Amino acid sequence: MSDTFKLNIDGQDIEVPKHYTLMQACEEAGAEIPRFCYHERLSVAGNCRMCLVEWEGAPKPIASCAQTVGDMRPNRDGSAPNVRTKGDYVQKARNGVMEFLLINHPLDCPICDQGGECDLQDQAMAYGRGGSRYDENKRAVDDKYMGPLVKTIMTRCIQCTRCVRFIAEVAGVEEIGMISRGENAEITTYLEKSLTSELSGNVIDLCPVGALTSKPYAFNARPWELRKTASIDVMDAMGASIRVDAKGDGVMRILPETNEEVNEEWISDKSRFVWDGLARQRLDKPYVRVNGKLVPATWGEAFAAAKDALSVSSDKIGVVAGDLIEVEQAKAALDLFRSMGVQNTDCRPAGATYGTDGVRERYILNPTLMGVEEADALLLIGANPRAEASVWNARIRKSWLWGELKVGVIGEAADLTYDYDHLGTGGDALANVASSDFFKVLKDAKRPMVVVGEAALCRADGQAVLEAALKLAQDVGAVEDDWAGFGVLHNAAGRVGALDVGFVPGEGGKATGEILGGGMETLVLLGADEVDLSGIGSSKVIYVGSHGDAGASRADIILPCATYTEMDATYANTEGRVQMTTRAVQPKGEAREGWAIFRALSQVVGKTLPYDTADALRAGLRGPEGESTVFSGLGFAPGTSGVSALQAAPTGSAGALSADAFKPAIDDFYLTNPIARASKTMAECSALSTALDTPVAAE
Amino acid sequence: MALRRFDIEAGGDSFAFKPETEDKIAFWRAKYPADRQRSAVIPLLWLAQKDNNGWLSEPAMREVADRLEMPYIRVYEVATFYTMFRMQPVGKFHIQLCGTTPCMLRGSESLRDVCKKEIGPAMYVTDDKRLSWEEVECLGACVNAPMAQINDDYFEDLTADSFSKILSKLKNGADVQPGPQIDRINSGPEGGTTVLTEPHLFDGSRNEVSVLPNLPSAEPEADSEGSKALPKEDAPTNTKRETPEAKPGTKTTLLPKKGDED
Repeated sequence: MSDTFKLNIDGQDIEVPKHYTLMQACEEAGAEIPRFCYHERLSVAGNCRMCLVEWEGAPKPIASCAQTVGDMRPNRDGSAPNVRTKGDYVQKARNGVMEFLLINHPLDCPICDQGGECDLQDQAMAYGRGGSRYDENKRAVDDKYMGPLVKTIMTRCIQCTRCVRFIAEVAGVEEIGMISRGENAEITTYLEKSLTSELSGNVIDLCPVGALTSKPYAFNARPWELRKTASIDVMDAMGASIRVDAKGDGVMRILPETNEEVNEEWISDKSRFVWDGLARQRLDKPYVRVNGKLVPATWGEAFAAAKDALSVSSDKIGVVAGDLIEVEQAKAALDLFRSMGVQNTDCRPAGATYGTDGVRERYILNPTLMGVEEADALLLIGANPRAEASVWNARIRKSWLWGELKVGVIGEAADLTYDYDHLGTGGDALANVASSDFFKVLKDAKRPMVVVGEAALCRADGQAVLEAALKLAQDVGAVEDDWAGFGVLHNAAGRVGALDVGFVPGEGGKATGEILGGGMETLVLLGADEVDLSGIGSSKVIYVGSHGDAGASRADIILPCATYTEMDATYANTEGRVQMTTRAVQPKGEAREGWAIFRALSQVVGKTLPYDTADALRAGLRGPEGESTVFSGLGFAPGTSGVSALQAAPTGSAGALSADAFKPAIDDFYLTNPIARASKTMAECSALSTALDTPVAAE
Repeated sequence: MALRRFDIEAGGDSFAFKPETEDKIAFWRAKYPADRQRSAVIPLLWLAQKDNNGWLSEPAMREVADRLEMPYIRVYEVATFYTMFRMQPVGKFHIQLCGTTPCMLRGSESLRDVCKKEIGPAMYVTDDKRLSWEEVECLGACVNAPMAQINDDYFEDLTADSFSKILSKLKNGADVQPGPQIDRINSGPEGGTTVLTEPHLFDGSRNEVSVLPNLPSAEPEADSEGSKALPKEDAPTNTKRETPEAKPGTKTTLLPKKGDED
């Protein structure tokens, strides 16, 4: 029996796979089908009836989203069924559906935030009637509280249930539902509790009308006044594709862009709502500490002070890069400090032991984010993807829910929205994994995947964890010529890029923990706010960063730099995929791009760097023509291309695994970087989620 | 239908099934496989409502959700969808008055007036907590319209008078007789049955079946004499059909045959 089915759509013969829906077949034939409830990434509901088409011989119009092509019968003479997506019949059917949808929909488009990008508005124009025949009162629905992110105007709701399906299927927390029925049907969370999903903001994009809109963005701008810039998110190490919408010099909102290989079409709430942090707590001019107080200075004064501070013995200078560092800044800073003889440079969290052997495959996520859809077994070691890469977690869930994926976890037994085998919490579980039931699952799997969280590599036995995980991957056949099933899940956007330019301790250099452990005369912090500064003693601190956070408050010299929305900057995500952000707005005040600060500083200290533009710097990174480096191409994940590097047997010299439990890398999902900590919205979310975690004492 | 929302205040903080209900819960849960336990949500909500004085409180709903390991919102959807789950307190005797067309034509509106007069507005609970009422859609007893359901029993063929008598009996704790309130057996005609009054019409004697063959006592004897108890072969039964005979010239199909047009 053939797997395809022949159809005649609008007079055009077409052959499509049998599992296609009629809607997909119509689109394959080039017809446009209007829809509200149907969404490619959600289950089919078939309740809006907007996608009606005519199937010749059928007694009624057919909801094309819910009609599987393989279930259709041919015409009586055996010829392919005729389907029409245009014509009076279809027009009239859609017209009627639209009239019903609009019966209770308020005419408040002029004050609706969805106005201008509203599916209902657009489709009412295309398929609706000119006027209304309905004289009765419209129904009114109370607005529901859904937390600090999602604003609801429920009278506008057309009950498509996309939000219900998204939260249950993709986000994996059943929190939204449709209660009552018929005319009284309403969308709500249970007793109007706030949403706890870290992907909840996506329901705003999914809502085809203005019922669910963005609370922080409410009444701020109209879609047509916004400058839209395609860019890359840096809130986690996934590097999700985003669109930055700006008005004047302010970022007004951040939306996801479709990128099948990275974020599909979702982004996390942190990525979406962090934008108010871009305008708050900003370092907009250089500061120098005079008599214990930070006072504004000119760039010249600040550089002069920096030169002073850097004119100490080079082994008394330590440079620590933070989580959000872009490749250009890392490269320029590294070039400058190496030319000054500084070896104490590091971009990794304190205690990290990985990334110094120069084998890129040992610190990136080789199987790729998308690879989890092919995988049939996944072992997470000391990683909590829900907090560290929320959108990827949704993809793991998708693979678990619809595919064959089985998941095992060593580390914290967190709620990941899917079932998993918990093998243990510490290194001992990793050491004994071969005797566990899950080992057999991995062994039998065609494409097993072993993923180590970055936090698991930032402890005393980090190297042993890495080697044990790699050895396990090799043992279960995860590292084959066509499948690189071993990877590291990072949680900082800048880490892989900085590691790629070699931002690790030089010869005889110290690592982050030692640099910050005291003994340095001058510390240079490149946006390093996540590190523990309590042990640095009386060192002079030069802080290069964008926000007034932990690092800046301790700093003696502040060199303000631009954020990811204010510059064209290169980032490599956890897969090693090199991507670039795009400047959407100008840097705040006197802030400059990171690399330019070091280019200018290099001139002041007399070690002028050999590039005058960011392009020249990037050309240097890409290497000479014809030679390929990791920065040669944009947008590709190396995937299996480096698998041979993983096939080398671990040396086994890394020492023993400790039984200590793997600690979660992220305490508070909403406050992981200086931009998020400056955001009011994130603070509100964090307060809510902590309140939920704490049991109520009064009871 | 008004908006149906939990009366949070009246629901209190806790709910527990009565010990004797556990058997029933086990009965319903046993009907479904372990990974499909949520199929038992409606029976369990119903039992919870019974154990909670006739209405479903928020803690009761949560108890059901916890037992079936369902998210609260999913159970909430079910509880709000079906109007048989009452989300506000009701009286000891809750009257569900049918107001659908047949009952309305037979005078349910006057019964509604009785309710309003004797009890108060719909879903109002009298001060002695004994009575409350609501109007519902068809309860499927149209032959005996107008009717009302009081707790688990149907009270049929009501008039304003008989209905208010029932209400006052309930209020005072007197016994009431469910079923038709006039001279009628079940759905039979008023004043008693007028058909099938003679036993030979239904005792099988006309069919020469003196003893019904499927009665245990009618075990046919082992010898051939017992076959007398069986109906004669030519006796009319509904299993034997006449074989239709095709007569020339008659149409057996509505579709015109070729050459039939003229």
